[in-house]
Amino acid sequence: MSCNATEIAARVESAYVTQTPLNITGAGTKSFLGQQDVNAKPLDVTGHTGIIEYDPAELIVVARAGTPLKEIEALLAEHRQMLGFEPPFADTGATLGGAVAAGLAGPRRAYAGAVRDFILGATFINGKGESVTAGGKVMKNVAGFDLFRPMARSMGTLGVLLKIALRVLPLPEAEKTLLHEENDALAALQKMNRWPLETQAISATCWDGKCIRIRLSGSAAGIAHAKAHIGGEYADGNGYWQDLKNFRLEFFQQAGRLWRISVAPMSEPFAAGACHLIDWGGAQRWLKSDGPPADIRARASQLGGFAECFAGDLQVATFHPLEPNVLAVNRRLKAALDPAGILNRGRLYPEF
Amino acid sequence: MSRTKPASDPLITQLRSVLPESCIVADAVSMKPYECDGLSAYRQMPRVVVLPESVEQVQAVMKLCQRTATPIVPRGAGTSLSGGAMPHKNGVVLSLARLRQILQIDADNRTARVQAGVRNLQISEAVQHLGLYYAPDPSSQIACTIGGNVAENAGGVHCLKYGLTVHNILQVKMVNLDGELISIGGTALDAPGYDLLALMMGSEGMLGIVVEVLVRLLPRPKVARVVMAAFDDIEKAGDAVASVIAAGVIPGGFEMMDRAAIQAAEDFVRAGYPTDAEAILLCELDGTEEDVISQVEKVEKLLTHAGATDIRLASDEKQRVRFWSGRKNAFPAMGRISPDYYCMDGTIPRKQLGNVLGRISALSTKYDLRVANVFHAGDGNLHPLILYDANQPDEFRRAEEFGAEILDLCVAVGGTITGEHGVGVEKIDRMCVQFDTVSLSQFLAVRKAFDPDGLLNPDKAVPTLARCAEFNAMHVHHGQLAHPELERF
Repeated sequence: MSCNATEIAARVESAYVTQTPLNITGAGTKSFLGQQDVNAKPLDVTGHTGIIEYDPAELIVVARAGTPLKEIEALLAEHRQMLGFEPPFADTGATLGGAVAAGLAGPRRAYAGAVRDFILGATFINGKGESVTAGGKVMKNVAGFDLFRPMARSMGTLGVLLKIALRVLPLPEAEKTLLHEENDALAALQKMNRWPLETQAISATCWDGKCIRIRLSGSAAGIAHAKAHIGGEYADGNGYWQDLKNFRLEFFQQAGRLWRISVAPMSEPFAAGACHLIDWGGAQRWLKSDGPPADIRARASQLGGFAECFAGDLQVATFHPLEPNVLAVNRRLKAALDPAGILNRGRLYPEF
Repeated sequence: MSRTKPASDPLITQLRSVLPESCIVADAVSMKPYECDGLSAYRQMPRVVVLPESVEQVQAVMKLCQRTATPIVPRGAGTSLSGGAMPHKNGVVLSLARLRQILQIDADNRTARVQAGVRNLQISEAVQHLGLYYAPDPSSQIACTIGGNVAENAGGVHCLKYGLTVHNILQVKMVNLDGELISIGGTALDAPGYDLLALMMGSEGMLGIVVEVLVRLLPRPKVARVVMAAFDDIEKAGDAVASVIAAGVIPGGFEMMDRAAIQAAEDFVRAGYPTDAEAILLCELDGTEEDVISQVEKVEKLLTHAGATDIRLASDEKQRVRFWSGRKNAFPAMGRISPDYYCMDGTIPRKQLGNVLGRISALSTKYDLRVANVFHAGDGNLHPLILYDANQPDEFRRAEEFGAEILDLCVAVGGTITGEHGVGVEKIDRMCVQFDTVSLSQFLAVRKAFDPDGLLNPDKAVPTLARCAEFNAMHVHHGQLAHPELERF
């Protein structure tokens, strides 16, 4: 295990010199995403921990990549703040670096922002073993290229994250979950889309085939107003949203491949009669299907979005193939940061 | 000056083969308006200006420039305050101003697809009837284009709550040097592969030419109320901002002005500011009626507790607009009290506000130039306005040195040299202060991945290492950088 930055940099530098592929590992909570190179040497960064700076009045937290999310979230909660992107698997040990690299966001994403939207800066080791800093720790900063937000969803292929500065959000004064009956997918999409025009209180929506759950956040008066507008009954909510973001709802336990479909929120229902959840106000659809992967991806592309295979079949690549000219740009960016192609080779795409 | 350019420039002859004559500006008189942008102290006449009217024409120009190794300086409305659109003497100014169509408004998905030359405010105006708007609102929003906003990752008064350009764009279509049209991002909330969309934001035209943008639209808040609070001490005002934010309130806008700025604004627009105050805060709360009422109450209590000497809630929309008019006219107000002003754009951690303003005031004495401060207090983005007279020998040079010291100070306290105006030509040497050699080399490598020959907006935004070596040789004293004790993030 490598604990300090100098040690991690030295290990990457020597791997660069010897062209040895490295597999960056954190807590391993998202090892199901992407293809891991079995011949790569593990580079365990879970020892690189610690919250470096936290100032509630500045709305920022700076921490080392190996820091468990649980520790960060607990400290923020003491000051009635939170990570706005609701990353999964905090309870099973997920680290900050892994959360950023995988870029998975919970139900608040459509209303508060993605992982990348909260990153203010990062220090990382590039593929040559050099320590690069991009961005900073202030809210507005346009000096230098933005190499920090692209760390999100890069699956560790652009650099070994060392230090990340994040913007945080205040915890809402109150939170309630509404249960609103609706068994038609199209009607559910329309409702989820229309409600935010009337209230700013919505912080999550998910349709499960029978009803829409709506999480309301804000002042008690704002929540009451939203409830009156939307209609429906209060339900036990917190457990539901936790289970949704951590893939623990009954839906996820069913047999079959699990697909994450990302589309414009009002895209038509993905497949009539299919087993699916509609999350993020329509923008993220979870699909359980053993249908041909190529068909699912083609359908998602046709809707202007894409499909990722999250679980259920190791033979199916996780990530959606890129258009040739976009792939070319991806490769060039990868080569600029990791010229020898040693960092998490093939984890995102077999081409790099 | 002659209106006809000598026909001897082969580049212009070649441009005529890919563009209609009406899209080429090559005579000195007509090119004059392009010699600078909003930072008028830096000027350079271009070799030629082109104003393509279609994406295909942009592609043709790019191919031609690549083939002939001609530098390209993209330009939107030319409102940059950092010289980002300053021409290159051997290069083409590629104006996107004629790509000004709003292509599609998708009310269901709350997006608008627009060409790069569409003006920022025009988008909000086009969707007003739907109760929607485009959130980022740089002060130049009447004139500045969305393509320029992407290039600079433009901010504005409301970005603490609603984000910067990067948070409000879903897709860009850009033309690379090969003339290829590449779509980055998409209609979904995220896209497969690397987040090239984020990389494009604030890249100052160095990675490709943005020709089309898909923006997110937000529902217009039902209610907006503004609270104005006066303070007899600027640090108290800074602490008041911290206490509001620490209490869990994220205002839609949260602005501060110092005494000099208050007085100039008040003389100019009669906004109703107390002119005896050392600082005022404008705190705008927006949302639903219920939320705004509860937040106004909370904020008034917090501001009182923080020592505000006077607190006023705008009683109606008219007064709200009046309160804002002083802040929005702060820059032109300076124009009335000084022949010229130089606007800086550092961001600092908010808790450093008192310290930084104190030191700026000391620098004002040192350089014998007046300064007024307006401040996006919510997100720590400081705009010191250095007042000078360009007709007085030496004053602009002093203003520049004063500005540079302010930026070095911003970096030293953990901030940045530019919050929203960009590096451009203006702050390129300051990049050597903010970033170490390794990080700069990495930026250069990324640039090279998109533009191996360095044709896109050359000599801007990211300095070469040679330039930094020269700069550091001049500015390193006793073998040390200023403030070596501070960790550069």
